[in-house]
Amino acid sequence: MVGKDCVAIACDLRLGLQALTVSNNFPKIFQYGDNVFLGLTGLATDLSTVSDLFRYKVNMYRLREERNIAPKTFANLVSSSLYEKRFGPYFVSPVVAGLDPKTSKPFICGFDSIGCIDFAADFIVSGTATDQLYGMCESLWEPNLAPEDLFETISQALMSAVDRDALSGWGAHVYIIEKDKVTKRLLKGRQD
Amino acid sequence: MAMFSQNPLMNGPNYSFGDAPKIGAPEGAREHRFDPYTDNGGSTLAIAGADFAIMAGDTRLTSGYSINSRHHPKVFKIGGTTADQHDATIVLSVVGFAADGEALKERLDSICKMYRYRHGKPMNVKACAQRLSTILYQKRFFPYYAYAILGGLDEEGKGAVYSYDPVGSYEREQCRAGGAAASLIMPFLDNQVNFKNQYVPGSGEGHALQERERRPLSRNEVEILVKDAFDGAVERHIEVGDGLQMMVITSNGVEEILLPLKKD
Amino acid sequence: MPGFDFSNYNRNAALHARGVPLPKATSTGTTIVGCIFEGGVVIAADTRATSGPIVADKNCEKLHYISPNIWCAGAGTAADTEFTTALISSQLELHSLSTGRKPRVVTCMTMLKQHLFRYQGHIGAYLVVAGVDPTGTHLFTVHAHGSTDKLPYVTMGSGSLAAMSVFETQWKPQLTQEEAVALCSEAIQSGIFNDLGSGSNVDVAIITGEKTTLKRNYIKPNERVPKLKSYIFKRGTTAVLNEKIIRKEDLGNFVSVHELAVEETGDKMEVDA
Repeated sequence: MVGKDCVAIACDLRLGLQALTVSNNFPKIFQYGDNVFLGLTGLATDLSTVSDLFRYKVNMYRLREERNIAPKTFANLVSSSLYEKRFGPYFVSPVVAGLDPKTSKPFICGFDSIGCIDFAADFIVSGTATDQLYGMCESLWEPNLAPEDLFETISQALMSAVDRDALSGWGAHVYIIEKDKVTKRLLKGRQD
Repeated sequence: MAMFSQNPLMNGPNYSFGDAPKIGAPEGAREHRFDPYTDNGGSTLAIAGADFAIMAGDTRLTSGYSINSRHHPKVFKIGGTTADQHDATIVLSVVGFAADGEALKERLDSICKMYRYRHGKPMNVKACAQRLSTILYQKRFFPYYAYAILGGLDEEGKGAVYSYDPVGSYEREQCRAGGAAASLIMPFLDNQVNFKNQYVPGSGEGHALQERERRPLSRNEVEILVKDAFDGAVERHIEVGDGLQMMVITSNGVEEILLPLKKD
Repeated sequence: MPGFDFSNYNRNAALHARGVPLPKATSTGTTIVGCIFEGGVVIAADTRATSGPIVADKNCEKLHYISPNIWCAGAGTAADTEFTTALISSQLELHSLSTGRKPRVVTCMTMLKQHLFRYQGHIGAYLVVAGVDPTGTHLFTVHAHGSTDKLPYVTMGSGSLAAMSVFETQWKPQLTQEEAVALCSEAIQSGIFNDLGSGSNVDVAIITGEKTTLKRNYIKPNERVPKLKSYIFKRGTTAVLNEKIIRKEDLGNFVSVHELAVEETGDKMEVDA
């Protein structure tokens, strides 16, 4: 979700095998630089494969280029890596959030499992609670939210959405990314 | 004869989004069957207040990627003395398969009218709600494919909303969304009507934080919530749009409001 | 072209057989059109991307760059239209550099159809290719299986019938540029309003012998209505159990730098003087 000079990215903490909850502390957000974050939903085995793959690719980029990867560059890396597997995709739908290292402008985008980028100026959602999240974000989000307000909006949107999805929940992590700091909060959620 | 869509993903007989084509027949075998249902999209919403109830629905009727009508009401007054329903006190909303919804409405309406004729007084919501459940369950093995919501005022004059599944299981609730965009609207109602996940700022640390107290919403607040909920749903769901029909049930009768929604 | 990686294919087929649902691809339900006029060609598209009945992107770009004088409108699987046009664009650029000539629309169309035919329709790209080159003005459609058409006015996507009805009633030979733009945007709007797979805004690209003009969001008939109420929450409404702040200036605290004693003997790493 985009705010004024800041972005937020959040995820729930459930890991399940269809109806059976396997773990209630399974974060789905990964950091790839000072201001570059990746959220992943989908098949858990692909989550680890893909997050490790990008860790490797981003590290190689950093060694080659001697600089950190920008969110936009990272988004294109994600896109082309996913499309390479067009006919045997990873079962993931990633979300990228970050601030441009030069201009500090907020950047968010989402992908389908074969790498089609969805650039959005407001918010991106993904996962089993997609419909619920679209409904929440579409009605709660507004432009130019301050970091503190953005935190409340994204948290309320996520918590209410996952409460109406049997396959999500068990608390949440929320990252608020600003130019000079990153705030990570653990939210209280229903444990059922 | 099947219509063939130009859409690459839907190249084949048109189907509703709720019923994607299945491939299951063995090689060489062709299954012939009668498929009596379609999904006509659209969405409904009901919220009960302290002394009123609001029932709302969009007015778009779809099949597949086509719009069949831009003004097809989903919310009906039930059980008035005459066909114009000027003295009706109960409102029914139906979403799902439009023909079944229409049939269900006609049936419940005639039952309510008969009741009024026999007893010389209108049916109350509680009785009507139970009767609707019976009607739906009677067709347990060839159901009306319709998600019904019934709204009115109870014996104490409080707003009452009853929601149903297609085979008659029902429950009285504070608010309910039905149809295509139900999953988009329902969490919003939890959050804004029942204040779910909201806590009182500064009332404690961590687990000791106090939950925000529920309070009855005013009619104006509810009307705003309904409009905003539908505007959100129209943005993100392709089957919802064109018009918003709202019925406000108060002790003075039923007031109908029609508002425009986006048409794309 | 390095080609696709099928390493997950068998695994996914096995998973699917065991009941894991396949992920939904974003599709551009789409209305796209093209129309030739005196001295050039216009292509236009709507801007809605869908995933099932849900709108995934309200303002996506369906007009893709191939070369300065060739543009392409795409319908079908969004990722496929995006990457296929990018791939052909790159190959065409190399081709024109090696031949030292301006790229031609037929070349582009042929490369697209050969690529798509090779994949037997599995690459779900349905394209309208338009451009002006030294041989004249051209307008083609390319289907995912590799078939092509050459016509003075074309439509594609789920809104193609709605759009074609506009062309069939209003099109005439020898249109002016303004008439062609108006006709194309009218056709797209017909798709936007009458086809559920299409929506939001109209994008237009006008290609003439001199230049190409991309008019992004040429018409915006579907602006979101303002909300009746602000839904900003009181700060502190959400229950937080734990908070961690990392400031950039504190980042040094997490990294400790130790001076290592340099051993004169042993296998010290070789460093340039």
